[in-house]
Amino acid sequence: MVPLWAYLFLSAFLFAVGVVGVATRRNALVIFMSIELMLNAVNLSFVAFARFLHSLDGQVFVFFVMTVAAAEVAVGLAIIIAIFRNAETVNVDEVHLLKG
Amino acid sequence: MFLSTVITMLAAARTVSLPGGAVSASAPALDWGGAMPFLLLTGTALGTLALDLVVGGRGRFWLTATGLGGLAITGLTLVRGFGAPEAVVGGMLVLDDFARFFHVVFLCIAALTILVAVEYVEQMGIPPGEFYAMILFAVLGMMVMASAADLIMVFLGLEALSIPLYILAGFLRRQVGSNESALKYLLLGAFASAFLLYGIALLYGAAGSTRLASVAAHLGDRGAWDNPLVYLGVGLLLVGLAFKVAAVPFHMWLPDVYEGAPTPITAFMIAGTKAAAFATLLRALGTALLPLPPEWTAPLWVLALLTMGLGNIAALTQQSIKRMLAYSSIGHAGYLLVAVVAGTSRGYSGILFYLVVYAFMNLGAFAVIIAVAAPGEERPALSSVAGLASRHPALAFCMAIFMFSLAGIPPTGGFVGKLYIFSAAMEANYVGLALIAVLCSVIAVFFYLRVVMVMYMEEPREGMPSPALSPGILFTLVLAMAVILQTGILPGTVWEVAVRAVERLLG
Repeated sequence: MVPLWAYLFLSAFLFAVGVVGVATRRNALVIFMSIELMLNAVNLSFVAFARFLHSLDGQVFVFFVMTVAAAEVAVGLAIIIAIFRNAETVNVDEVHLLKG
Repeated sequence: MFLSTVITMLAAARTVSLPGGAVSASAPALDWGGAMPFLLLTGTALGTLALDLVVGGRGRFWLTATGLGGLAITGLTLVRGFGAPEAVVGGMLVLDDFARFFHVVFLCIAALTILVAVEYVEQMGIPPGEFYAMILFAVLGMMVMASAADLIMVFLGLEALSIPLYILAGFLRRQVGSNESALKYLLLGAFASAFLLYGIALLYGAAGSTRLASVAAHLGDRGAWDNPLVYLGVGLLLVGLAFKVAAVPFHMWLPDVYEGAPTPITAFMIAGTKAAAFATLLRALGTALLPLPPEWTAPLWVLALLTMGLGNIAALTQQSIKRMLAYSSIGHAGYLLVAVVAGTSRGYSGILFYLVVYAFMNLGAFAVIIAVAAPGEERPALSSVAGLASRHPALAFCMAIFMFSLAGIPPTGGFVGKLYIFSAAMEANYVGLALIAVLCSVIAVFFYLRVVMVMYMEEPREGMPSPALSPGILFTLVLAMAVILQTGILPGTVWEVAVRAVERLLG
């Protein structure tokens, strides 16, 4: 059987890939995808813990996370489309009206 | 509706145990009394949306009345229940006095936001039904956060609050400023949620449950802290919450988001999201993590220091009044963190008291800004209040009182709130931190009084329209003034309620 640490390691790795993606990419869509990757990395942890703790909580939690992520995507894409209509770019470095 | 489905699903999941254990299908009965405020508010929000479908843009009055009526009824249910024993809804939500206190504060904030926005919504051509419904859904999220008895509910409440706020921040679709605000809020909000969620997952792995009570029982054993999962879990959880309260160095999203959002929504976010995030922080710390091991108070100490310092110093140089108040709200989060570091019940009561005063002084100040700003001027400069004392003396006087209160000058509620918080820190032997907090408040006096000076000393700008006081704004100003002066001169009433609420929380 695959040990717990292997799942946790993969999950941590995927989460880190997501963080690096958010930090280095400038395209709003790609940043958004990286955040989704982070959420799904966490889901992997939940499922692995649920399996090894013999409790269903973790699995149920994953459903909620997926629902929330879907809602976030719906709103997020709408916002990105709105910004593209006005600014004709989805590059976060080119959207900087607000500064202090 | 959504909520009760969630609760029954979760309750059902808990009675089923994986391999070996007996499987019982009977979910515990739902406590309807405890669920009532949540159901009422959900009903109001859905009702507003449905009504919008029927009457559309012509039914402004009815939409506003439905929203405010629902908030009032929910509020009355909560106030009547104050002091009643706590109700637990499916083990997921707890309705105790601590929760009731915050719920009433959130409902007041939402009601005042709607009142302030009535005229604004009409001017900007915003569809009122959707706008109000989103505010109501956000308040539902805040209430879930303050009531959460399970880490799952913390996450769901946070998202139920954040997603409507992303929409509200971007409501002025055709303005790039509003778009940018929504985009930044969305990206950084979702990023922070992922950290919070990862923290929850690791704590679940370490404690074997996401119930705050079970996590508390697990962490009560000092040996549990030897597990690296616990350290990482608590750390990530705190990072996620620090993003939400905008503690330095996790604050960079806040000024841009608050400056670009529609002005009533900025007021709503400043007053509401801060209160909700602190409610969650206090509940998590109060039930599960207290007493914090000494190695955890040190990072919180640094966080409080940086937040106070940077927030107040950056506010000094701002030219936009919204941005100035945004930075100052970071500073205020720092003061509240001082009380979190103190970790005593006196400090916690101080936080509750301060959040009430803070909500009203900000809502009041933003009501003035909305009244003064020219229609369509979304990012008013400081000079928009220039000479307000000669154009509208009463409005200038109100603004001056709000600024005095934000700066913490007696006899206002802001002064008393700071007194409670700083004295709690002194009592808990954090004298150094309390002194730095006082020093930061002195810095803060400069930029708050600058607003007063511009209002009273400078000549009005050419071609400024005379301030328009709609009934909603007038009501908000009167109420905010009343609360600030009442808490400043006779703080006893609110303070006693705050003390009682915290007593129940800390047992």
